[in-house]
Amino acid sequence: MASVTIRDVRKAFGNVQIIHGVNIDIADGEFVVLVGPSGCGKSTLLRMLAGLENISAGDILIGDRVVNHVPPKERDIAMVFQNYALYPHMTVADNMAFSMSLRNAPKAEIKERVDKAAKILGLEKLLERYPKQLSGGQRQRVAMGRAIVRDPQVFLFDEPLSNLDAKLRVQMRTEIKELHQRLRTTTVYVTHDQIEAMTMADKIVVMHDGIVEQIGAPLDLYDRPENLFVAGFIGSPAMNFIRGKLGSGGFLADGGFHLPVGAAPAGSDGKPVVYGLRPEHIRIDSAGVPAEVVVLEPTGSETQVVLRAGGQDIIAVFRERLTAKPGEMIPIAPSLPIAHLFDAETGKRLVA
Amino acid sequence: MTEAALPQSRRAPIREATAWDRLKTNRNWLGFWFMVPAAAFLILFLAYPLGLGIWLSFTDTRIGRPGEFIGIENYEWVLGDRKFQDAVFNTLFYTTIASIAKFAIGLYLAILLNHHLPFKAMIRAIVLIPFIVPTVLSAIAFWWIFDPTFSIISWTLKEMGWRTTNINFLGDTWNARWSVIFANVWRGVPFIAITLLAGLQTVPPSLYEAATLDGATRWQMFRFITYPLLTPIIAVVMTFSVLFTFTDFQLIKVLTNGGPAGATELMATMSYNTAILGGKIGEGAAVSTAMIPFLLGAIMISWFGLQRRKWQQGED
Repeated sequence: MASVTIRDVRKAFGNVQIIHGVNIDIADGEFVVLVGPSGCGKSTLLRMLAGLENISAGDILIGDRVVNHVPPKERDIAMVFQNYALYPHMTVADNMAFSMSLRNAPKAEIKERVDKAAKILGLEKLLERYPKQLSGGQRQRVAMGRAIVRDPQVFLFDEPLSNLDAKLRVQMRTEIKELHQRLRTTTVYVTHDQIEAMTMADKIVVMHDGIVEQIGAPLDLYDRPENLFVAGFIGSPAMNFIRGKLGSGGFLADGGFHLPVGAAPAGSDGKPVVYGLRPEHIRIDSAGVPAEVVVLEPTGSETQVVLRAGGQDIIAVFRERLTAKPGEMIPIAPSLPIAHLFDAETGKRLVA
Repeated sequence: MTEAALPQSRRAPIREATAWDRLKTNRNWLGFWFMVPAAAFLILFLAYPLGLGIWLSFTDTRIGRPGEFIGIENYEWVLGDRKFQDAVFNTLFYTTIASIAKFAIGLYLAILLNHHLPFKAMIRAIVLIPFIVPTVLSAIAFWWIFDPTFSIISWTLKEMGWRTTNINFLGDTWNARWSVIFANVWRGVPFIAITLLAGLQTVPPSLYEAATLDGATRWQMFRFITYPLLTPIIAVVMTFSVLFTFTDFQLIKVLTNGGPAGATELMATMSYNTAILGGKIGEGAAVSTAMIPFLLGAIMISWFGLQRRKWQQGED
């Protein structure tokens, strides 16, 4: 096992720069999730770590060894691909044993390692099958088995769950997390799904357009997003952004209503800001802002409501069941004492 | 009043479906008629000539004289004929060497073209040229290349000082055999290269990435990933290649016409020479019918030996 250090890494394809100087420290045994929208460079970064892409500038260290020019097979890493990349003409056992048989490992050792990995993943009965005879979840497990057999310093996962259906995805999510808790191997996991990131990670790296927007523990990112991008990306449904100004009476929305801000940042009077309000942090309060119910979406456990106040749509999520009908007015208020405030120009978080 | 105004009479009563109605909407019946033109074509131009050829091989037909059934007399004569035995040897030699060479060169070219090369599209087009040119034309070109007096190969070698005399390409037994094989390989390689290239492109790139991480060298990737994944296409393309080479006629006819002294006589050319030029249609038909077991054998080998592998089966 080893730590991973990414130091001012850049990547350019021709003249197009994809990654603009990324710094990430990954501790030994940590589960780090790189998350961001498509095209943010997260997969490219992972492939650079694996050695499948060259590094244009900067350093990548595994342990304390700079691996920039180390060929992939000597980096002691194992990768799970989005489409699993199982060898279709080999049985499950052969797929898992392939790397070891290339190294001419003794047959007994190969068998022992394959059996051990199969046991961890519950694949014992499928060892003689071919990938075509497996379900999506089973193929996913074989791909992980292939990685486990190698007993690498670092596991790399490239969107491993995106080809699975919703239910299986949740199940595999738990399995991967459990596997990590058992093996404690340093893991770098790429996904575009913020729920996956939140539920699995020890540490999340939010990427956007080739830069790191924020690095932190999942709940830190949820509680204290550093900018509008992270605020909007983490959390589902996404945070409401209400444009307005700070004044002596708190926050005055462009739509003409006031919201409390707790402690206002110093010297921000009259400054244009964005007020971030999470849908789950809205409560019904008779002294609150009157908002018109536009659409009600009951999901059973909660009710999602699209509200309109001062010409802006606000999404709210209530644990209780709502009897209001579209067209009715309900008074709403933020349920947290501290508001998320962002500078409207820079998008940076304003701290009181 | 309103009831009377309703145009009741306009709606015809629903009648019973007649047998003709049912036939009109029967998809199998319709499908049969769609199949008829193709079937008629195949029967007229493939099945009938084949059947006729086999029938003629059991008769003593000559040009201008309808024959009579004579049993297996033609075959007895043919099997004992030294010329026929030579033709069988020549055909097997020609097919084996040319097919192996075409496979090796075709696979090499396909792998080369599967990489990112400059002017890739142009190179691919160039590779296809031998396939596009009509066989007779390329045969005539090779005839010049192999000409005893004007051969460009001989000329080049002489200019470079490596030889003092012309090479007798088509006049010497073994020279002639290798020359026609060379021409056949030149012509057959594009078909194999392009087909295998199509096969190579179906191999997902992530498999090679996974193999890279697993520590495979380039040769190991070819040996353990590319080649096994390509076997189904290799089986199909090589079956076709063997069949086409075994029945080759045009190249030999133009280049050597079976010469010198029968050194390049194949079963196909021998059949033509015996039946059409020699007028002995019965014997000629027997020679071509004798090709059928060989061809069936080649098909059987690819059918049983290289049929769908276990890993290809199962659901997707």
